[in-house]
Amino acid sequence: MSTLTELSLSEVTTGLRHGNFSSRELAQAYLERIERLDPTLHTFLTLTPELALVQADQADQLLSDWRKNGGAAPSPLLGIPLAVKDILCVAGVRCTCGSRILENFIPPYNATSVARLRQAGMIILGKTNTDEFAMGSSTENSAYGVTHNPWDLSRVPGGSSGGSAAAVAAGLAPLALGTDTGGSVRQPASLCGVTGLKPTYGRVSRYGLVAFGSSLDVVGVFGHSAADAALVFAQMAGQDTLDATSVELPIPEFQPDASTEPSLHGLRVGVPGEYFITGMQPEVEAAIHQAITILEELGAVIQPVSLPHTQYALPVYYLIAPAEASANLARYDGVRYGPRQPAEVMWDVFRHTRGELFGPEVKRRIMLGTYALSAGYYDAYYGQAQKVRTLIKRDFDQAFTQVNLIATPATPNTAFRIGEHADDPLSMYLEDIFTLPANLAGVPGIAFPVGFDSKGLPIGMQLTAASFQEDLLFRAAHAYQQATDWHTRRPSLNQS
Amino acid sequence: MPNDIIPAMTLTIEQVEHIANLARLELSASEKERMSQQLSAILDYVNRLQSLDTAGIPPTSSVLPPRSVLRLDEPHPGLDLETLLRNAPETEADQFRVPPVLD
Repeated sequence: MSTLTELSLSEVTTGLRHGNFSSRELAQAYLERIERLDPTLHTFLTLTPELALVQADQADQLLSDWRKNGGAAPSPLLGIPLAVKDILCVAGVRCTCGSRILENFIPPYNATSVARLRQAGMIILGKTNTDEFAMGSSTENSAYGVTHNPWDLSRVPGGSSGGSAAAVAAGLAPLALGTDTGGSVRQPASLCGVTGLKPTYGRVSRYGLVAFGSSLDVVGVFGHSAADAALVFAQMAGQDTLDATSVELPIPEFQPDASTEPSLHGLRVGVPGEYFITGMQPEVEAAIHQAITILEELGAVIQPVSLPHTQYALPVYYLIAPAEASANLARYDGVRYGPRQPAEVMWDVFRHTRGELFGPEVKRRIMLGTYALSAGYYDAYYGQAQKVRTLIKRDFDQAFTQVNLIATPATPNTAFRIGEHADDPLSMYLEDIFTLPANLAGVPGIAFPVGFDSKGLPIGMQLTAASFQEDLLFRAAHAYQQATDWHTRRPSLNQS
Repeated sequence: MPNDIIPAMTLTIEQVEHIANLARLELSASEKERMSQQLSAILDYVNRLQSLDTAGIPPTSSVLPPRSVLRLDEPHPGLDLETLLRNAPETEADQFRVPPVLD
């Protein structure tokens, strides 16, 4: 039944409803493909086959009841497998956050995003690899080994949600959850040739998302198309009493089938010159311009727009995110969870547990954040970064008075080689230069494939919209995907 | 002005040790050395923010407009003790057990 993993999501939903195959058969097909390919790719840290089959049987029961008794159509996600980044809690399933400091942590509750998708009947296949505590752009900072890019095994999948992006790209899961603090959904989506959504800050509950940068963190989703991602988004979005920053606002419905002819008439798309920098891969730049031309052919009006403080996003991010991380990660002290390094007095337990079990990038960011918040430096570093964050947000506010969407490359380069940025953290940070600003401004963004470079590596475009206008992202990306077939390309892994 | 208080960045080993102590991180000698070099380079890069005039610009700590998130203070069932203690490295009498705080 391995061909089940090659069907589109809508074909799967239809097949399940008609009883052409069962959710159990679907889950088994994915589990078999994972068993065959994941020893090479290493996208999963924990597999949950028993759990998946129990959940699949429940879905099959609901589907069979519905076929027998009729009634309202079940959720299109009922019985569909899902991979979950190993930084979102699934009750009873180990959650490592890619860190040795949580190597045996079993969360007693579900993240709200996970709970809502379970409510729709999704099946959990397992937990995917991530840079330690989502700090990184390649999964090389995972304590459990790197994930390989399905398009070229010598290259990274991007990060930090690299396991989820690679799992979807390789057909090991039709949909996967990620998190995006500075680009951790959009950058790996771009490097793996899949569609990745970062919702507006506050749109999806962060409850059960292990905190990194609390003013920046968002739960996002990977799929093969904007329409697929929109289904998961609609199910998990919305206010949650367990997250005080989740927002009570209506979620505009995106209906891909509403019109037979996808048209972008009436939409203005801004192209900011600040995102076309010297040093970026020329093939990326060319592909983005080509994709913008297609948006124009679909009816959008293209116009230049300016985001003048773009060059400051990276320094602002690398003060604010580490500052928030240094506070959030104070909880890992070997007292309530995780292994403990023994010592005579408690202070030494803290120091040795943290010193021994955190990896180099996490230590670097804790140090950077602690420094930026320390007495004498707070105003000059953290305080100044928060003010410049205001200027970056104002850039977006101003731009969105002129245009509905902003089109940019998602990354300056296609996937880089494993080890290419080792020992040079700053050069790694620069890979996220186009995705960081949306997190600082809180606005939603989507990345999707718009071509391939001469090495056969996917190129991703990013669209951003004003806060809470995810429906515009879906509309534009869906129209593009109706007009092109980049998103249907798959890496050739079956022989390996 | 911020420019006056931040010279070209070099984070000394002593400063690294001070920050590591604040963060409760035990670092080896080679880690301190590497941290000094890498943090100095990163701080040098982020120092470009100092050139921006931000007089009169309010700081952004959250992108969401401030609003009340108060709710009624009503008791409701939470996780039970056994569940909460299950992940702890050491427990005793329904509590987290730690070594002495004082020498």
